[in-house]
This record gives sequence, C-alpha cells and structure tokens, in this order.
Amino acid sequence: MTPSYPLRRTCKEVSALLIAREDRDLPLQERLALRLHLAMCQACPRFERQLLTMRNAMKQWRQYTDDASDAK
Amino acid sequence: MPDSGSLPFDQQVASHRDYLLRFARLQLRNETWAEDAVSETLLAALAKPLSFGSRSQLKTWLVGILKHKIIDALRHHGREVCVGGDSEDEQADPLEHLAFQADGHFAAQPADWGDPEQDLSSRQFFAVLEACASKLPAVQGRLFLMREWLELSSEEICKELGLTATNFYVLLHRARLRLRECLELNWFAEARPA
Repeated sequence: MTPSYPLRRTCKEVSALLIAREDRDLPLQERLALRLHLAMCQACPRFERQLLTMRNAMKQWRQYTDDASDAK
Repeated sequence: MPDSGSLPFDQQVASHRDYLLRFARLQLRNETWAEDAVSETLLAALAKPLSFGSRSQLKTWLVGILKHKIIDALRHHGREVCVGGDSEDEQADPLEHLAFQADGHFAAQPADWGDPEQDLSSRQFFAVLEACASKLPAVQGRLFLMREWLELSSEEICKELGLTATNFYVLLHRARLRLRECLELNWFAEARPA
C-alpha cells in the first residue's frame, strides 16, 4: 500500500476501473489515475483493447439480423 | 419479385417466430416468459399489418416490437428477474476470472486480440457471441443483455428490478468478464495466428 501516491493504481484496480467504465462514468480522479496508469503499463492497455473490441462487437451484434438463417 | 411479397402477411410474420424466440430466450432466460413475449409480439404485429419491401425489414420491425414486449415482461416480473442461482456469484470477486499476482500485477499479459474488424461482422462470430451470452448464469445474462441488447441505462435497470447499484455492477462486471473469457477461448484463441 502506498497512501502517499493518491493517483497510483495497481493493474487489478485498473482492470476494475476499465470494466466499470463500460457501465458508468468514473469520477474525475479515477479517470486521471486510469490515464496515468495506462500510459506506463504494458498489460492494461491490452485489456482495455479487449474491452473496446467487445464493445464494438456488441454494437455490431445489435444491428445484425441473421438473414442467413432464413435461407431455405 | 421478393418471396416475402408472395405470402399473406400473417404467414410472413409467423415465419419469424423461431428467430424472435431465440432472442426472447436469450434475454429472458425463462421459457414461459419468452413464449409469452413472442406471442404478444406476433399479435401486436398482426393487429397493424404494414407492408415491407423485404423480409429483413419485416424482421427488424418485429425485433423492435419484441424488445418492447420484453421490457414489459422484465418490468412485470421485477425482482423475480434477479432471483435464482447467482447467490454464490454475488459474493465472489468479479475479477477472479483474470489472474493477478498478490501485488496487483497481471500474472500473465492479456492476450493481443489483434485487429478483428473482419471477425466482428462475420456470421460465425455472432454465433459464438450468442453461445457465450447464453452460457452466462441466468441473472447475469439478463442484466448483461438489458444493457447491451435492450440498451437500458444502469439506473433504469436498478430501478425496475429493485437492485442496489453495488449488486448490479458486481453481477454485470462478472458477466462482462465471463463473456470476455468465453470469446477468448472460443474465438480469439482460434483466430490468432500461431
């Protein structure tokens, strides 16, 4: 624990923030902490990209009508 | 001439029943609720016949009606929607599906899923996505689809279902992580170059 660095977050904390961001707005301080962590971390940006990919996938899926299943 | 025009309207509408039922089941996770929502959708459609240029336009219209009927059903069943089977999940850490070291670092780097633009519009991908969504525990699956398919806000969902925000986010975030894991195992691990 490093209470002297209020903006420092672990990868686990950042993952929780990235997931939370899909469903709600983060407080300003968390957004800043997230950005600072992502700028210096190798692993978390990958996780962020996975979530973005899922977000795009869900968007496409909402618009998708499975017309091929109609093919007789 | 498109074949959609050659059948009477009621038969055109009825021919989409299986498709609608697939989504109603995925969202409601209850056979009776799903059948009812689809029956109400078909009745509503038959009550105000419209003419559509193509089969897929008719289908899109029906899906729109179905979404309203499903939201009605979820409202009607309220708290019941969140009852069943997930109690052990509510206690657990939503992040348990990702491996972390004791110091909070990733135990292994998350995989690079590449740039899957092509994948995301393929029929096979949507089949995997649907299968993964259907494998979520019932309550998580309902909440996830309320967000992602019905596009309801978190506030609306909590209000309609009488859920606390904390409970809601725990369940929903678990659903997102499970889905992530399922897609990785069943799609991205396959698609990634060796």
